[in-house]
Amino acid sequence: MNLLADLGWLRRPPADIRDRFRSMAGNPNQPDIVSDTALIDIASYALDINQLTRVSRLATDRLKSPIDTVLTRFKLGLIGSGTMSLIAPAIAGSGPRHSTLLTVVEGDYGRALEESLSPTSSVRSAQPDGVLLALDYRDLHLDTAVADPDTAAGRVSAAFSHLQTIAENLRPSLKGPLLLQTVVPPMEPLFGSLDASECGSSRAMVTALNARIANWIREGDDVLVDTAGLANAVGLQNWHDPAQWHAAKLPFAQEMVPLYADLICRTIAAIRGKSRKCLVLDLDNTIWGGVVGDDGLEGIRLGQGSAEGEAFLAIQHMALEYRSRGIVLAVCSKNDDTIARQPFRAHPDMLLKEEHIAAFQANWNDKASNLRAISEQLNIGIESLVFLDDNPFEREQVRRELPLVAVPELPLEPALYPRVLTWAGYFEAVAISAEDRKRADFYQANATRSAVLASSSDMDSYLRSLDMLCTIRPFDGVGRARIAQLINRSNQFNLTTRRYTENEVAAMETAPDKFTMQVRLVDRFGDNGMISVVVFDKSVHAWTNDIWLMSCRVLGRRVEEAVLAHVCMAAKAEGVKSLIGHYIPSAKNGMVANHYGKLGFTLADESNDGGAVWVLELERYRPPELPMQITRQESTRVA
Amino acid sequence: MGMHVTIDQLTEIMRDVFDDDNIKPTEAMTADDVEAWDSLSHIRLIVSIEKRFDIKFTNAEVETLRNVGDLLNAIEAKL
Repeated sequence: MNLLADLGWLRRPPADIRDRFRSMAGNPNQPDIVSDTALIDIASYALDINQLTRVSRLATDRLKSPIDTVLTRFKLGLIGSGTMSLIAPAIAGSGPRHSTLLTVVEGDYGRALEESLSPTSSVRSAQPDGVLLALDYRDLHLDTAVADPDTAAGRVSAAFSHLQTIAENLRPSLKGPLLLQTVVPPMEPLFGSLDASECGSSRAMVTALNARIANWIREGDDVLVDTAGLANAVGLQNWHDPAQWHAAKLPFAQEMVPLYADLICRTIAAIRGKSRKCLVLDLDNTIWGGVVGDDGLEGIRLGQGSAEGEAFLAIQHMALEYRSRGIVLAVCSKNDDTIARQPFRAHPDMLLKEEHIAAFQANWNDKASNLRAISEQLNIGIESLVFLDDNPFEREQVRRELPLVAVPELPLEPALYPRVLTWAGYFEAVAISAEDRKRADFYQANATRSAVLASSSDMDSYLRSLDMLCTIRPFDGVGRARIAQLINRSNQFNLTTRRYTENEVAAMETAPDKFTMQVRLVDRFGDNGMISVVVFDKSVHAWTNDIWLMSCRVLGRRVEEAVLAHVCMAAKAEGVKSLIGHYIPSAKNGMVANHYGKLGFTLADESNDGGAVWVLELERYRPPELPMQITRQESTRVA
Repeated sequence: MGMHVTIDQLTEIMRDVFDDDNIKPTEAMTADDVEAWDSLSHIRLIVSIEKRFDIKFTNAEVETLRNVGDLLNAIEAKL
């Protein structure tokens, strides 16, 4: 996949997208915030040019109603070189992704100057909110190299004057700014490297023109659209398609249209003040490698010394850069608050410090609820947030609950996170002020624990959508190494923190007085592997828990309840009356102090060190309905 | 040898490009038979086909195509 051309930060369109288009088009009701949010949501996939054309029709229909909710209207005039008629609907179709509703008025083919000079031209008489001037190096007569510097300068000046004339003639009819594109240079060098320094080369003349355009922007209220930068990033060889130019005067390859349309729309959103303002960061495996609760300060990977550590340093560096230009930083992590803050306070390689974070939400609540809390605490709209998280489960939960939060897809390689986040363009700026740069400082560093909102998210319906399959089997030879690893490595979701050697684990496979469980979980995003290990000591009347641990990565999925149901079923079948659970406190397992309480056990005894004994009377236990399929298997005996 | 392309595969693409689930292309069908099939949507059709089958047509090849049958043959020749 080409990250830029395929808009890699966006999800791939779902298989049923045409059905969704159809049902949205057939909706007879008045538009409201629900239908507008649905329009924003469907535009938030990486749509191709056909799908964008479809959305543009939905947008056109939507524009007929005067009702306004979360979408901002903008009328864009489009004056450019070549055939713009395939590009116009793509721009309109990309608008809802950036919460805008666009009307695009095209100028007549090849008549840029006439469109600007005549007050009754289609663009001028539409009284647009802005006009995009998208002229091509060929129309500006910079496609032929010239021999001497004076002639070159003359050509550049002529091209610049041409742009100025068009711009100044359009201005009286505009309600807003001009959007001026930098010109994309051709990619066929006449000399080779010398094209960069020979001022008469096509490439040098285009570069000189772009410098003058940038200067011009700096002095006024017009807005720069750096198409040259975009083409550079995606590669001129991907951008230019001479065959398409010759066949239909397409100014750039049609495959680039979705990317180009997105650039235009993010610029318009920025003009309307809708660029995002806050970057919310997950912690584990997003700004450092590993899980701080399990790996500890010494175990997380950050800094020089490993490729992975360096990649996460670069991510933190990028976050700080954003902060220095006025983007507010926040943290949203599933972690104990004190443990989550440790790296910020004590890790020598951390670039981010607590004072850089304006809102710090580290708890075991779902992330959508935490994002709502952050939005409240910072007093900024939920639509101002960008959420960066390596875990597709968390990303999808947030998208489902809060479709207005921007959640980029991330590749597996963290070294690419900065590239994906910056190219998604959430923080596009059309102007930068001194106030902007100081904004992040206005938020007091939040040293105290933020108030956690009670979860208001519809987790169960989300969980049901994940097609979770939970497989439970007794300990066996196949799982032995991984079981031993989990037993010795898990610290947080670990009720007793008892450590056993692999030999001791092997012995449990055949011990008649041990009830053992290895639990695996598969979901829509993939196979999570073995995520929980549970062992009960069997006696005639009661089974007592020896080990109960789980990977924090699957918190909130109700796996613990599935485990309990499994144990209860087995215990009841053997005539057992009760289950006994022990909580043995450690430095790291505070999060499971009330684990048994949540599962319906009764507190039987407490000790001074915080430890507790809990009891469940099996005749009072009823298994709950769970949002997953549970498969119980016999062990896979290794002969 | 190359793979076979079916009219069903092309139908799927055409329905997407022309946004019409009722189109039932036959080998004799031409642009005149489909209201949404103009010079611009023709470009989208060619580009969509190129992307779907990972092939490239030259302009000269595109200019020779008269009907859906020609299109199917042209695609198959590239697979």
